[in-house]
Amino acid sequence: MLSILLNSNTQWVLLSTMILGVAAGTIGCMAYWKRQNLMSDALSHSALPGVVIAFLLIQEKNLFILIIGAAISALIGAFLIQWITTSSRISEDSAMGMILSIFYGMGIMLLSIANRSAGGNQSGLDKFIYGQAAAMVKSDVITMLILALLVIFIVFIAFKEWKINLFDPQFAKGIGLSIKGMNILYTSILVTTIVIGIQAVGVILMAAMLVTPAVSARYWTRSFKIMILLSATFGGIAGAVGTFISALGNGWPTGPFIVVVASVVFVVSLLFGKENGILIKHLQFKMHQKTAKLNLQTLTEGLENK
Amino acid sequence: MAKPIIKIENLSASYRKNTVLHDVNFDVMSGSLTGIVGPNGAGKSTLLKTMLNLHPALAGSVSFFGLPFAKAKKRIGYVPQRGSVDWDFPTDALDVVTMGLYGQIGWLRRPGRLHKEKAYEALEKMGMADYADRQISQLSGGQQQRVFLARALVQHADIYFMDEPLAGVDATTERAIMTILKELKSIGKTVMVVHHDLQTVEDYFDHVLFLNQTVIKHGKTGHIFTKENIAKTYGGNMHWKGEVNQGVVHSFE
Repeated sequence: MLSILLNSNTQWVLLSTMILGVAAGTIGCMAYWKRQNLMSDALSHSALPGVVIAFLLIQEKNLFILIIGAAISALIGAFLIQWITTSSRISEDSAMGMILSIFYGMGIMLLSIANRSAGGNQSGLDKFIYGQAAAMVKSDVITMLILALLVIFIVFIAFKEWKINLFDPQFAKGIGLSIKGMNILYTSILVTTIVIGIQAVGVILMAAMLVTPAVSARYWTRSFKIMILLSATFGGIAGAVGTFISALGNGWPTGPFIVVVASVVFVVSLLFGKENGILIKHLQFKMHQKTAKLNLQTLTEGLENK
Repeated sequence: MAKPIIKIENLSASYRKNTVLHDVNFDVMSGSLTGIVGPNGAGKSTLLKTMLNLHPALAGSVSFFGLPFAKAKKRIGYVPQRGSVDWDFPTDALDVVTMGLYGQIGWLRRPGRLHKEKAYEALEKMGMADYADRQISQLSGGQQQRVFLARALVQHADIYFMDEPLAGVDATTERAIMTILKELKSIGKTVMVVHHDLQTVEDYFDHVLFLNQTVIKHGKTGHIFTKENIAKTYGGNMHWKGEVNQGVVHSFE
């Protein structure tokens, strides 16, 4: 077990999935308050056809090019969702459902074509579905690290602008913040986080990386800053621990393990979280019940004594 | 004669198929406290939003101090409807008020202690000092409204727009808000308030703007707050029984 940790390639991969988890946890908080959790799922599924098309065009597995392909197709997906919602009577959630399944279906179709082409079979493109962090080479890791750090930097440098933009966009606009600009920036960093994550976590489970840490963090704090920091921490832990577990077995996919670890964190938060966690709620209820009973008792005793 | 501080000419706006505002014209003088009244769907909120560039105008022009909105926005404060934000957002009252200072703090900079003190003073002024650390989701409707008003106060604007600040608040809050509005007026600020309660218009506002898709009448409350104008704005079926039976129109809007 230790030998896995000492392997320098594993160390790099662990570091990159951890930073990816931190970035995803950070952006996830914004998606949470924008009420766009499903949007991140739609976007990550929409990335698949872009990955395969990029591979078919250049016929080699260069992560940076594949990421660009993924980003373009995710953005087309985002644009189509927007367009369907504004120009038809179809509601946003239906539009997201449509785009998600159409793009994912297209991606799987293209993937089976690519797998039949020469060299396609060995391309490891299948790994983009469930994620395989171990398949990353050093250049992949570096690409991922740089982009993830950039995303984290953008969030923290403009923390106060993000906060007001999420809480009260109209007021933010009134004091001169460009909402359009912020939305474009938000979509860009969301898509960046998704596309750098799909190799390690896979298109299917990437959304869980964004959503789960944020909802877990919600159970522990009443401050937006701490929520983001906690969510980033949870994401980082899930990324690193999940990758480590998946490295124990031969060819185990990374995505599912990361998601399982994130879910464990969520369940613990749901049960023991100090803000509305199930246990604390129950204890508070019992305590109130006890005082209420006691009050009633003293009241009746007082009456009897009269 | 003094120059108007706000000038609206031929303003129109729509939502999807329906034109909500058409051909709106009015001037507002500096230092006035105006109540905007009209039935549901008359376009009161839309008027404010269109003036503040939050909703696209189909036609017409809006100017403040003779300047377009973009150049005057630092001198304008806006208090949106309380329901326009998610009060579950994890933050406290002081933090929300500090948001009013973001424009002054400058982009990408962090609020310092001085800014926090200013925000605290504004909360104190609204009688909310004890609630500075309170989670905003745990404030009552009236307290939330006061937090919003405090956030506008720290902006030190010259013109204030408020969208139904008195809707659904308790009597204490209503008094607190009206005291502040009158104080703003007394120090020469210009305030426009969307209002829903015809009973109190005469007590609260020195000017009134009757709106129903277009301006029905605009002027000094003492001159134009008449049965005829109310009937014209709210439609013929509306009986103004203000003097006879208090409370009949009370829940209007």
